[in-house]
Amino acid sequence: MVYEVMVDGKPHRLELERAGGGWECRLDGQPVHIDGVITCRDVLSLLIDGHSYEIKREQTATDLHLWVGSTRFVVELRDPRSLRSRQKAAGDEKGPRKIVAPMPGRVVRVLVAENSEVEAGQSIVVVEAMKMQNEIKSPKKGVVKKISTIPGAAVNPGDVLAIVE
Amino acid sequence: MFKKILIANRGEIAVRIIAACREMGIATVAVYSDVDRAALHVRKSDEAYFIGPAPAAESYLRTDKILGVAKRSGADAIHPGYGFLSENATFAQACADAGVKFIGPTPHSMEMMGSKTRARQEMEKAGVPVVPGTSRGLVSPEEGEEAAARIGYPVMLKAAAGGGGKGMRLVHSREELRSALESAQSEAQRSFGDSEVYIEKAIVNPRHIEMQVLADEHGNTVWLGERECSIQRRHQKVIEEAPSPIVDPDMRRRMGEVAVKVAQAANYTNAGTVEFLVDREKTLYFLEMNTRLQVEHPVTELTTGLDLVHLQIRIAAGEKLPFAQSDVEMRGHAIECRIYAEDPDNNYFPSPGKITLLLEPSGPGIRRDSGMYEGWNVPVDYDPLLAKLIGYGSDRQQAIMRLQRALGEYLVAGIKTNISLFQRILGDADFLEGKLDTGYLDRWLAQRNQNVRSRAPEPRLLGVEEKTEALEAVAAIAGGLFAVLDPVSPVGKNGSIVRTGSGPAAVPSNWKQKGRSEALR
Repeated sequence: MVYEVMVDGKPHRLELERAGGGWECRLDGQPVHIDGVITCRDVLSLLIDGHSYEIKREQTATDLHLWVGSTRFVVELRDPRSLRSRQKAAGDEKGPRKIVAPMPGRVVRVLVAENSEVEAGQSIVVVEAMKMQNEIKSPKKGVVKKISTIPGAAVNPGDVLAIVE
Repeated sequence: MFKKILIANRGEIAVRIIAACREMGIATVAVYSDVDRAALHVRKSDEAYFIGPAPAAESYLRTDKILGVAKRSGADAIHPGYGFLSENATFAQACADAGVKFIGPTPHSMEMMGSKTRARQEMEKAGVPVVPGTSRGLVSPEEGEEAAARIGYPVMLKAAAGGGGKGMRLVHSREELRSALESAQSEAQRSFGDSEVYIEKAIVNPRHIEMQVLADEHGNTVWLGERECSIQRRHQKVIEEAPSPIVDPDMRRRMGEVAVKVAQAANYTNAGTVEFLVDREKTLYFLEMNTRLQVEHPVTELTTGLDLVHLQIRIAAGEKLPFAQSDVEMRGHAIECRIYAEDPDNNYFPSPGKITLLLEPSGPGIRRDSGMYEGWNVPVDYDPLLAKLIGYGSDRQQAIMRLQRALGEYLVAGIKTNISLFQRILGDADFLEGKLDTGYLDRWLAQRNQNVRSRAPEPRLLGVEEKTEALEAVAAIAGGLFAVLDPVSPVGKNGSIVRTGSGPAAVPSNWKQKGRSEALR
């Protein structure tokens, strides 16, 4: 299998094949000697040339995080042959973007109206959790196509609050 | 001894008190709100009863409901923990009236210590050093100006009924005093229903050091050593340790004797904490007395070898203290980190939600008092304290190294925690040298933010130390291996989190996975 792996936004080409009970692995063209075992769900024991790493996987509402020891990386996998991946790779600036709740909480205020123009980083919705208010911002410049929440609504992580195009 | 104790609390402290009861052969009764049915304290208790909706005012603060559960379950005592009803004299009185023992001081002692001006008056009578100022509410701005001129600027205006920074104003000059007094009084009125405000000399960047005391109901009072609690963020303690790096045996004995005097002046019984401000010349000033078990009690337990909750229960049951002051010995060093559900990359905003993966440290010199478990949904309604991680060693350096080791092993996934903050503070030169004061953490965070702003392109990744290319390569390989070996996401599976956008390809469907690997053959 060939993956394009984005680590903290930097692309790497990873080739990974099963070979005789082990792995054949190339990272950015360089062969790497590896051995990996899933020890329990979301925890990978990885040996690379004799060095031992414990990798923990954390799936958030929006991202995949991998912890190497206690260092966290944002990792995104793309299969270069998949249409969806190619579309995504073409750039996040194009097309509609969903604005999602990053945490459970309650919507306190909606700061913009549908069809209004917003800048990247402009606050769209205010969500309150544990008695603190958090402004959820637009990831891009564009027009608010849809507001899909109302003040007072309870939201879960990943719930769509608005769509900006 | 009691047969059954009701714990009028939740979270890690309820779990810790249940543990003590179980060790002593006492049955436990938990109470829970709507959102706490699956909480750890309910799982660990012998009996558990529902007391109402999520907001604390409708459940954990409802005296009538809690006493109703006590009656129904036949509990003969109530442990209030910290927070909620623990320092509420009316509740303590209601317990007494209902014939249930309140594990804590008498309502009278709590009332005396609840009003800061009243506590100051009593302490002055008892000859305890207090911060220079007035021990009565100010009746006019002129009186305030006169007092401020006498003690010298800067001065602090404080609400007598205050707490949590409300009704507090720092005043640098005479010109500022009048308007600051008016706003402090109106804020105090709004927050506490009492506009009484008094004046104190402002001690700039003091240390916050407190002394643990225990008093039985037979007139015996002992002190159990100090805790340094200077590392605070917005008046909230973050790291506590015992002993304090600056307290020597002589100063410890002086603090202990003052604390015992404070407790005796209030006819104090059970566990309590006397808080002091300590200035650069190591002068002690009485600040206030906390009439409950403190969050940070484990560091005292580790350095004295005593179990404070056992002792609280024995004292409340009428037993005499089983040791004298001369029997108390302090040994080693203990440091506590308060693990909060908050996001270090987003201004320490609370981060409730489901814990998808939990890896917890243990081993030599590590104590963990926790209220969470893997799969639990941290509710949005309460204080974000999840657990306390305490490192113990023969000296301060060893305690720090053990904590660093344990913090590296701690992973709470699915929500954000402040674990990375501790890893950085414990490596900070000033912390290692014990150069602490109550402004330390706010200054340190401001400095850190400035550093990050000026050079780092990705402030979102602020919680991370030393990212090397080698580690990045490890992450890239691990990403691929996870996709092949463990492709099913636990988050996608339980359905509580809706995937959005195009989603990472790390969670492909099984048929796609199979098709892909077969196509490659």
